[in-house]
Amino acid sequence: MRFEEFGLKAISLAAAVLLVAACETAPEESADTSGQGGAQQQTTSTQSTTSTSPTVSSTPTPAGPTPGSYEDFVENVGDRVFYDFDKFDLKPQSRATIERWAAWLKQYPDVTVTVEGHADERGTREYNLALGERRATSARNYLIALGINPDRIATISYGKERPGCVAHNEACWSQNRRGVAVVN
Amino acid sequence: MILDRSLTRNPVWRLRLLALIVLLVPMAGGPARAALEIDITQGNVDPLPIAVPEFFNPGGASAQTGRDISGVITNNLERSGLFRPLNPASFIQKPESMQVQPRFADWRILNAQALVTGKVELQPDGRLRVEFRLWDVLAGEQMTGLVYFTTPGNWRRIAHIISDAIYKRLTGEEGYFDTRVVYIAESGPADRRVKRLAIMDQDGAGHRFLTDGGHLVLTPRFSPTRQEITYLSYIAEKPRVYLYNIDTGKQEVLGDFPGMTFAPRFSPDGNRVIMSLARNGNSDVYVMDLRTRQIRQLTKHPSIDTSPCYSPDGSRIVFNSDRGGSQQLYVMNADGSGVQRISFGDGRYATPVWSPRGDLIAFTKISKGRFFIGVMRADGSGERLLAESFLVEGPTWSPNGRVLMFFRQEPGDDQGNGGRTRLWSVDLTGYNDREIMTPIDASDPAWSPLSPLNR
Repeated sequence: MRFEEFGLKAISLAAAVLLVAACETAPEESADTSGQGGAQQQTTSTQSTTSTSPTVSSTPTPAGPTPGSYEDFVENVGDRVFYDFDKFDLKPQSRATIERWAAWLKQYPDVTVTVEGHADERGTREYNLALGERRATSARNYLIALGINPDRIATISYGKERPGCVAHNEACWSQNRRGVAVVN
Repeated sequence: MILDRSLTRNPVWRLRLLALIVLLVPMAGGPARAALEIDITQGNVDPLPIAVPEFFNPGGASAQTGRDISGVITNNLERSGLFRPLNPASFIQKPESMQVQPRFADWRILNAQALVTGKVELQPDGRLRVEFRLWDVLAGEQMTGLVYFTTPGNWRRIAHIISDAIYKRLTGEEGYFDTRVVYIAESGPADRRVKRLAIMDQDGAGHRFLTDGGHLVLTPRFSPTRQEITYLSYIAEKPRVYLYNIDTGKQEVLGDFPGMTFAPRFSPDGNRVIMSLARNGNSDVYVMDLRTRQIRQLTKHPSIDTSPCYSPDGSRIVFNSDRGGSQQLYVMNADGSGVQRISFGDGRYATPVWSPRGDLIAFTKISKGRFFIGVMRADGSGERLLAESFLVEGPTWSPNGRVLMFFRQEPGDDQGNGGRTRLWSVDLTGYNDREIMTPIDASDPAWSPLSPLNR
């Protein structure tokens, strides 16, 4: 039996290490904590004022959120607009909503907003990021056209990463193709 | 170097590896003629029966090492779809006696066509010596044989390198077992998904998380030349392209842009990152030189231009754009000139990735409400679809260009429960569609290049 050695070859490999992720932890409170929009969020205190019980002697305090607050915006203005599939142009109803955004922002000139752009799950991730950016920007541009200072309006795209509705059907997808104004 | 035995449980990547590779010439007779071959262009029609008995361990090395190494090799070969490893319970000849010479009759009776024998020994200097030989059972000849010296903690890596040597000897092509996969690990409810950067060996071993889930991360890609990843992170709620150094754990944002940067990929020489940058809502393709940090705009069009990827020679770029009305694939020169559409089939085309061989482009296709993974030639001809589902997306090539990995989402119920998103791989031939095991849900896989030692 022969047992020879050919072709000695020595190679060293640099170590590749890491266990600890050096992440700057970013709070996520801003992202998608936006409400469900419009009239869906009735507060219980509002409902209680409809009671006619004679034992209620004190004058009811005005119900609802503080004027100028994010809650006020979500409940009384409506925080979102919707887009057609693979589209970013504003439909008439969306324009009306954004006009209400503009009026509210003029009423509360110290408030700034971030417009989130979202897409449904029926596209690829990177394309949907681009589409979400377009949607957010179309809403922002209309606000600017309505006289809102551009410095008050930021945009961010979440693509298909933050669906508002999680079922896998067109009813949900149409809810997820949205622009959401988040009051900072 | 100091040998730290506590590291033996950890991935071999942690250690400085010093491996001597010694070619073993045949024990009997002259060099083998290549009678035994696998044609991998035909698909997985008839996997090759192969026997991989546990490596003989005469003592010194930890008792399990011989069995562990043959186990990793067996698993690699089986998952490739090209081999059918035989059940060790059927083996007649014991590892010890094979150190002199296999009794080929004992292996022919099991219908083994190939046989892998091996031995592990701890050297006086503390290194592990691992040798293996690949035998053509019918011809009774050795096909190849190699010896490796390494730190004991590196046994798993050596098992992958041996797997690659076997694959290469029998198929004529480079293997892909000594590689890693970086991907996005997912958990939590569908509307508030927690996503973490994670890395593992291609067989799922050595898994670890690189980020803690405190911010959204997406679309990691391996550097072809360094231990680096480029990916998208929402740190401070600003979606930007980052560079992550696997050796040091350090990450840095690439550039200082007012708008979103996304869809990054390295150039083939590792010196540039190509990506999309959104300006006033419009996404175009840009390239950044990592040495000078100079940025150059490559597309200038009022449509979405994204998911760019270089050809392996760096001369061209494929990307997707909706400039023609719907999402399609386009190829241009590396300087942005000569844009040409290449996809003309039904539906939308996205996430093009050029094959390491240069001849094919893999893509995601969306047609009639279904998602597909497919390949086409670089001129757009010869489209073939390899996988179909409710959602499959994001193909990445094995470094030898023979296997595609991607992710597949199985939808949950209307409350968002019960869904499942996992990594899958499929041969270029369309055979051998199988799940890649991950501890939790997984998406956005990116295959590493073959490790430098293995080249």
